[in-house]
Amino acid sequence: MRTIIKSLLLPLLVLVSSALQAAPKIQNWETSNGARVLFVEAHDLPMIDIRVVFDAGAARDGKTAGLAKMTSALLDQGAGGLNADEIAIGMESLGASLGGGSERDMGWLTFRSLSDRKLLNPALALFKKVLNQPDFPEEDFKREQKRMLISARYRGQKPGSIAGEKYYQLLYGDHPYASIPGGDEKSLSSLTREQLQTFYKQYYVAKNAVIAVVGDLTTKQAKKVVNDLVGKLPAGEQAPGLPEVSPLKKADKKIITHPSTQSHVLIGAPGVYRGDPDYFPLYMGNFILGGSGLVSRISDEVREKRGLSYSAYSYFSPMAKPGPFTLGLQTKNDKREEAIKVLRKTLQDFLDKGPTDKEITAARKNITGGFPMRVSSNSKIVEYLAMIGFYKLPLDYLDKFNPTIEAVTKEQIIDAFKRRVDPDKMVTVIVGGDT
Amino acid sequence: MTRRMYMRHFVTLAGLAVASVSLLVSAAQKNGAVHEYQLDNGLKLIVKEDHRAPIMVSQVWYKVGSSYEHDGITGLSHVLEHMMFKGTEKYPSGEFSRIISENGGRENAFTSSDYTAYFQTMEKSRLPVSFELEADRMRNLLIPDEEFLKEVKVVMEERRMRTDDNPQALTYEQFKATAFVSSPSRIPVIGWMDDLENMEVADLRDWYQKWYAPNNATVVVVGDVDPDEVHALAKKHFGPLKADKISPPKPRKEIKQLGQKRIVVKAPAELPFLTMGYKVPILLDAETAWEPYALDVLAGVLDGGNSARLSSQLVRGSEIAASAGAGYDMYDRLGGFFIMQGTPSAEHSVKELEEALLAQIKQMQEKPVSQAELDRVKAQIRSAKVYELDSVFYQAMQIGMLETVGIEWQELDRYSGEIDKVTPDQVIQVAKKYLVADKLTVAELDPQPIDPNKPPSRDSGAGHGH
Repeated sequence: MRTIIKSLLLPLLVLVSSALQAAPKIQNWETSNGARVLFVEAHDLPMIDIRVVFDAGAARDGKTAGLAKMTSALLDQGAGGLNADEIAIGMESLGASLGGGSERDMGWLTFRSLSDRKLLNPALALFKKVLNQPDFPEEDFKREQKRMLISARYRGQKPGSIAGEKYYQLLYGDHPYASIPGGDEKSLSSLTREQLQTFYKQYYVAKNAVIAVVGDLTTKQAKKVVNDLVGKLPAGEQAPGLPEVSPLKKADKKIITHPSTQSHVLIGAPGVYRGDPDYFPLYMGNFILGGSGLVSRISDEVREKRGLSYSAYSYFSPMAKPGPFTLGLQTKNDKREEAIKVLRKTLQDFLDKGPTDKEITAARKNITGGFPMRVSSNSKIVEYLAMIGFYKLPLDYLDKFNPTIEAVTKEQIIDAFKRRVDPDKMVTVIVGGDT
Repeated sequence: MTRRMYMRHFVTLAGLAVASVSLLVSAAQKNGAVHEYQLDNGLKLIVKEDHRAPIMVSQVWYKVGSSYEHDGITGLSHVLEHMMFKGTEKYPSGEFSRIISENGGRENAFTSSDYTAYFQTMEKSRLPVSFELEADRMRNLLIPDEEFLKEVKVVMEERRMRTDDNPQALTYEQFKATAFVSSPSRIPVIGWMDDLENMEVADLRDWYQKWYAPNNATVVVVGDVDPDEVHALAKKHFGPLKADKISPPKPRKEIKQLGQKRIVVKAPAELPFLTMGYKVPILLDAETAWEPYALDVLAGVLDGGNSARLSSQLVRGSEIAASAGAGYDMYDRLGGFFIMQGTPSAEHSVKELEEALLAQIKQMQEKPVSQAELDRVKAQIRSAKVYELDSVFYQAMQIGMLETVGIEWQELDRYSGEIDKVTPDQVIQVAKKYLVADKLTVAELDPQPIDPNKPPSRDSGAGHGH
């Protein structure tokens, strides 16, 4: 918590300490119906942030891509007898805001309100309806179905989106992660309102929920708010674990022709999961390889030295099961072969020789020195809480963040990359015009 | 709708909390006092305390952007922004970013029509590092030929990515260039491709000489800092820099529009798209001071959230639009523009969407907005005032932007009071006076087949590799 930070830190200490410890104090408990709650008390601003996360992402779509996302989109379109207008007018007249979304691992709702009880209480009552009593009105279902069909077409005119969807399909094959969160024409057209209701009943339950709260509440108040909000949700069951991801057996390549001036390139393979013991060495190694913006090796080789791309990068996306390790760039069509060569060579060099000591020192300084920015606002903290809760990371994840980074060695990075990244078994997706 | 901003390094604009046009854009902030200083060389320093976390953001704002450019040199301000990382005598190319990174900092830069800004977010004790480097490149940039030749290619790739391969952005660019004739508001921030291809390093050196000086800059620091210490530090680093003669840009006022304009943009796309814009006053050129605030309220009634009219009546309700939005930025330096955009739903045409949007305007001209709508707009502003304090970056951004376009930061304190004073009748008045056909430009994206003659894809690898 930030008030604690102030009293603990002396300016002189700050000057010399890059391993600044400023993690917020996390409280956690479980509601009687089995929802897990993470809370950080923060009274500096008279506001409350709540993020409710369910294991209800596209990985739970089954055979109908788009099911999870559409369920999430319908929640505030009618609930407890109120229609979409009444819910929106109610929230916005109180200065509160309600949001939500759904990607592969999770479906979530976000809520922000001032902490003034006259505003907070009615806003929470509306939020509670949306969370507990969505009506999935037939008319709204039909409209949102059409709008999702339009979004699918919209993604189809963007080469970057086309590449991303094809990339996940090649990476994950028949694993649930291959499902396109936004769905496609066929799957969206086949969706029914009953499917959404069934999906909601199965996954939007207490034992499948994590509730992150940050803001101007005492612990006692936070407990009351959370109990009011989710206390009546059926306990249900936690969603079963997702199937394991099978590693790629060989390289694969897909070229999709698109009338664009640039080619979008994605290269990669399944990488790490949240909580993976190799995560920190890989994170730090990748920071040097392609994760640190313009000072990374990939950006230096592709952009700074050759002017081939505006954005060239690599990253690990840790998910419940191994998410992608991705290298990517966009370049004008006739340069794409050259750019891909540079990208691959940069990866190969990194795998062969590893990072230099100088690079490790610089990366360590940036990551640990930048820690205060990771937790400098309520909106950032609430996202961390949701992530820690959802992936069942240790509650001292943030406290241990800098010491863990400090402890990563060059050998660990080299070893982790050798074991976890195989450049001969990667998928390459190219979407672009003729070269 | 967000400001069109171009950044040196790609991040999502949402992550930056970029000033969005409508009502949630700004408000007064009483929590942290704002301290203003001016150095002898003309540099302005504005410091705002926010002691919630041991961090600070330091931003340097220059009064230059695409609205300072003219035909033939479009995109120059933005390319110069990229070149600002390419070294000085003291800190050669790459050193700036390396040093910031090593100090745990996050940095980037952005260019818009009316400003170019550079920022670092760092742990609070690192402010001297930021000032040292920023002061150095304010006057000592080298702009080496070979670095320029590479970097301008990067910018061309940026243009391809953001505009040329993005049919809606392409439509918007041509729409702006059609609406405005004599005003530089027509110039795209990224620049026309032909101008980028013909840009020379000498152009950049001239541009740097012309605009980069302490008396054309505002430094904004927000965070866990002591204002007087920041002032002393600024004097130490920026104080020795020499002021220069800055010739303010000529007014280049837009000529009077003499009738509606309309264009069609054909590009490969899946979906049609419509964008409409009315010429309206802005805070800086308004003859009647309340008019911009009334237009802002009007934009909020149409598009200030999910309960606003476009969402509730066109996306829901008649279901003519799959998406629809309205926006107005009264803090532009030139060329006030009230914009409406949208994509029709599958059962409706662009023409029907246009008619529906025009009907919304007509309603604004004829029927007073309800008290409930006004109250909702004002409630959103009151809460936004608090929410924005959650981001030091955003607080600094508002101050820097207002100062740089020539509105003082005190506008942040005035804004909500002025909005509170807006009456339903004033909203009708501005709708009648400005949202009229003769001030309107309409652009329609006419989607062309993505690839009618070729199979959609070809495999060059065999099967799935699981």
